[in-house]
Amino acid sequence: MIKTDVVIIGAGPTGLFCAHQLGIIGLKCEIVDNLDKIGGQCIELYPDKPIYDIPAVPECTGEELTNNLIKQIKPFNFNFHLNDRVQELRQENQIWIVKTTNGKEFNTPNVVIAGGVGSFEPRKFPTKSAEKFDGKTVLYSIKDKSIFKDKSVVIFGGGDSALDWAIELSSTSKVSLIHRRDEFRGAPASVQKIKELSEKNKINLFTKYSIKDVKGNGSLEEVEIKSEEGESKTLKADYVLGFFGLIMQLGPIAEWGLNLDKKTIPVNTENFETNKKGIFAIGDICSYPGKLKLILSGFHEGALAARGCFKYARPNEKYRFEFTTASNTIKDRLGVK
Amino acid sequence: MAKIKYIEHNGKEHIVEVQNGLTVMEGAVQNDIPGIDADCGGSMSCATCHVYVKEDWYNKLPKKEMGEDDMLDQAYEPKSNSRLSCQIMVSDDLDGLSVYMPEKQV
Repeated sequence: MIKTDVVIIGAGPTGLFCAHQLGIIGLKCEIVDNLDKIGGQCIELYPDKPIYDIPAVPECTGEELTNNLIKQIKPFNFNFHLNDRVQELRQENQIWIVKTTNGKEFNTPNVVIAGGVGSFEPRKFPTKSAEKFDGKTVLYSIKDKSIFKDKSVVIFGGGDSALDWAIELSSTSKVSLIHRRDEFRGAPASVQKIKELSEKNKINLFTKYSIKDVKGNGSLEEVEIKSEEGESKTLKADYVLGFFGLIMQLGPIAEWGLNLDKKTIPVNTENFETNKKGIFAIGDICSYPGKLKLILSGFHEGALAARGCFKYARPNEKYRFEFTTASNTIKDRLGVK
Repeated sequence: MAKIKYIEHNGKEHIVEVQNGLTVMEGAVQNDIPGIDADCGGSMSCATCHVYVKEDWYNKLPKKEMGEDDMLDQAYEPKSNSRLSCQIMVSDDLDGLSVYMPEKQV
């Protein structure tokens, strides 16, 4: 059990800057994110796309913004819990017990939900029949590639994950690669390699096809693919892999008894607290009249939510507003003279 | 201004007038039309505003820009007449356009 002042759900720009503000006012926090890296949508969706509306930063990429935010909170040495997701939220005597999928447990008076539009999950096959094999022989990520040795592996997708795995597995498995169109969005060198492997019959390449059905009694046996004209083919398959990128899902947040408006959490604009005491929501996931889904709004919301956390984390202290330019206490916290 | 018809997967039709300069996605979101999620808010990063456009209209629309097809790869059941509605800008020329929503946006 980890005791802390605040648990932040989401390591995107909003969560990171909220952590900074907590550090400035002398509170501790732990940050949990479902992705394996820090940065949220900035790093997962548009690491290379320039952003033009961060105040005083005329232009920066999602990756640059993330790196600067990480640098900005470095003095506070906060812990990140990546590749993990908050599953359960339960209150006991004014304290929130926060449990994650990996079995971590936090004990905190405050939870700040900075979860964007939810957590990133792999997009799955639309076919119902794929569900019963999900996690066993129908996979959306690879943990142990040795299981594919000498097996028939059917890979769907046109991005780098699909191409890289098709290339990698083609030396030890019988690989088929299926993509819905002729062009691939993966790196040009990988596309070239796939074409070469296909010419040498090391990979069975089917473009302008998509999944129709997966079949098997007990274990997976074959996969049926269809062209847009309705023509179908059946391929032998021990494993089916889908690489269609990630989608954002609200996930367990919907089950915590918070008021929801579509996929967002209504908050007050004084401190961004939700209908539950000690639970705050900031960034894209919160809603209030006039809400703008901008990173700069997330920064503002995080700064105010941090002050909101103070009264529950330090009930016997009075919060005093200080400027970073003038306060020696803040300079100590930042480790500057 | 253009009159646009949004047709849900179950066949339910919504006809709304959308201002020039907005996108077809925004026309749906601002009028609370279900079936277009637009998780990323129109930055062509999520493929949850996916629609189908019948061939006659599909060919009349301005062509897809770079990146739209890459995102459509990740949409739910993309077809050759798939578009991201956040990339279709409304103008008078689009008066009478119909877009069909997929079964879901995941």
